[in-house]
Amino acid sequence: MTDAAAPPLALSVVGLRKKFGDVTAVADVSFDIGRGERLALLGESGCGKTTLLRMIAGFERPDTGRILVEGSDITDLPPYERPVNMMFQSYALFPHMTVARNVGFGLVQEGVARAEIERRVEEALELVRMAELAERRPDQLSGGQRQRVALARAIVKRPKLLLLDEPMAALDRKLRERTRLELVELQRRLGIAFVIVTHDQDEAMSMASKVAVMDRGTIAQLGTPTTIYERPRSRFVADFFGSANILEGEAAGRLVRCPALGIDIKTDHAADAGDGRRVGVAIRPERIALSTHRPEGADNAAMGVVQALSYLGDRSICHVEMAPGLTLRAAIDTRHDQPRPGHGDNIWLAWAARDAIVLGD
Amino acid sequence: MAARPSDPTRLARAAIVGPPFAWLLLFFLAPFAIVAAISFGQNAPDAAPPVAMTGTARNYAFLLSDALYVDAYLSSLRIAAIATVLTLLIGYPMAYAIAMAAPSRRPILLMLVILPFWTSFLIRIYAWRGLLSEHGLINALLRAMDISGDPGTILGSEWAIYLGIVYAYLPFMVLPLYAALEKLDRSLLEAAADLGARPWRAFLSITLPLSLPGVIAGCLLVFIPAVGEFVIPDLLGGTETLMIGKVLWDEFFTNSDWPLASAVAVLMLLALLAPIALYQRLRAREFGGS
Ligand SMILES: Nc1ncnc2c1ncn2[C@@H]1O[C@H](COP(=O)(O)OP(=O)(O)O)[C@@H](O)[C@H]1O
Ligand SMILES: [Mg+2]
Repeated sequence: MTDAAAPPLALSVVGLRKKFGDVTAVADVSFDIGRGERLALLGESGCGKTTLLRMIAGFERPDTGRILVEGSDITDLPPYERPVNMMFQSYALFPHMTVARNVGFGLVQEGVARAEIERRVEEALELVRMAELAERRPDQLSGGQRQRVALARAIVKRPKLLLLDEPMAALDRKLRERTRLELVELQRRLGIAFVIVTHDQDEAMSMASKVAVMDRGTIAQLGTPTTIYERPRSRFVADFFGSANILEGEAAGRLVRCPALGIDIKTDHAADAGDGRRVGVAIRPERIALSTHRPEGADNAAMGVVQALSYLGDRSICHVEMAPGLTLRAAIDTRHDQPRPGHGDNIWLAWAARDAIVLGD
Repeated sequence: MAARPSDPTRLARAAIVGPPFAWLLLFFLAPFAIVAAISFGQNAPDAAPPVAMTGTARNYAFLLSDALYVDAYLSSLRIAAIATVLTLLIGYPMAYAIAMAAPSRRPILLMLVILPFWTSFLIRIYAWRGLLSEHGLINALLRAMDISGDPGTILGSEWAIYLGIVYAYLPFMVLPLYAALEKLDRSLLEAAADLGARPWRAFLSITLPLSLPGVIAGCLLVFIPAVGEFVIPDLLGGTETLMIGKVLWDEFFTNSDWPLASAVAVLMLLALLAPIALYQRLRAREFGGS
């Protein structure tokens, strides 16, 4: 046990596993989240995010492992006795009940007095700005309104932990961006820890205080969005979270020998694996500077030939062939005063030592 | 403003809607109009058909004033209502179990529900006579177990009628219930559990209300034909159990009183109109609400 004065963790998951027949949906997952924290489970479809969330909510029984909420073990409790509430991807609003009765449902189950239910339902609907539509039925609401009712229903019982399964998936892009901010704002006000499942990297980055990148049932890396972006630990994370050029080389202190590129790449950290091991080096496209002449004083520089330029509006991606079969991508911004490399031009690429990330595996 | 449908569309629509309308007109409305007309006639035993069209309401006055007929109507409604409730109580768990079964097993279970239809209704009811009679299989079993002396005869009692109706109409209850339960979104039950509802509470506040259209459809599909049922009370019931279907048969075939039999039929239809209208209103409200 740790320091007795430390507040208990909001959620603690220890060695969770779940198989469906031969398919391993979740394989040995452990993590903790503190009170008021926002964790995003990020990963491709089918990597086990929903299964993990459903085990926390109590809809699936883990094969092994424990789940603790604020220090107490809830692994064997049925869903209706857990101090957590979930917002379903489909919202799962009761179609035969009004908005107010949907939101009040959880309180009725608790046996809260009627006047108190009315007050708390109204308060929850105020929070999501749905108070005027309290007497509507779910089928008389738009997608965004339904989402807010589902949210009100999930927070009205003041759970110790809120679970959100792809809460924005059914909204259009503009509404999604606005809702992200609102949700975080609401979470701050209520102080409830939440776990949000998403396959959208922007959503994870903008909403979460911690991100768990999942890969085939395991957590590939857990950390703040910045850590995961700046210091991905593996090729999978570097490639999945943002986009990255990944070069293969051999570790030698703070250098990575990269024969394909013909240079030793300077980095600011040594590989964990130790000298002589094969490692990867990830370089984010937007951290690569382009110039027509050999850059002075750059940590790393190499020359290549412009192969293609793809215009994306907010930036362009320049594909530069460094050697036969080795192409690097560099992002250039599209302000009009910027020089525009042309197809077939010789061009220099430069990047700082701290932007060359050594990948263990 | 809605555009007027072009003529080809209207023609196509008429071609699709037309035949069933014509069918109903020819085989339901026209015969019913004849029956309704005859009900205002008088018995004329020497004529062929034995009806004199006198335009009198005497048959109705007679039916409504004679305790026998009023009792027959009331006991038909009572027996049909009790049998419907029994069928619902047995059919709901069955439909629920089928709807909750693994998807691969549902077709087999549904098949088993429908299977009895492959044998003639009349033969199946006759078979029950063999099972229920004084020296039938069920009594033999009861005697062998020797529980409480003489078991008496089930055949000829009102219980035999309930048994017959429940047995014969169970599929009509199970199928609409299954249809309603099968399309129930399981995540609604998970949401209810997540919000603290125990399974029984979740059933009462989510499953049951959402399957109500199926309950109503199933009950009407059992109740309406059960009110006018003739074969089951005739073959399984006793002489003291009055049901309007039997009265109708007797008036028509034993007494050859066509006008009175027609009046019985018209009144029965009117009595059934109330639940049908109720059902239509409920359905309309359901569709209108969404
Ligand atoms: N109820 C289930 N029965 C069988 N397989 C399942 C079930 N639920 C999930 N799976 C499988 O487990 C894996 C993880 O699924 P899921 O947790 O839904 O992934 P995600 O939410 O990340 O898309 C998938 O391969 C999926 O097919
Ligand atoms: Mg999912």
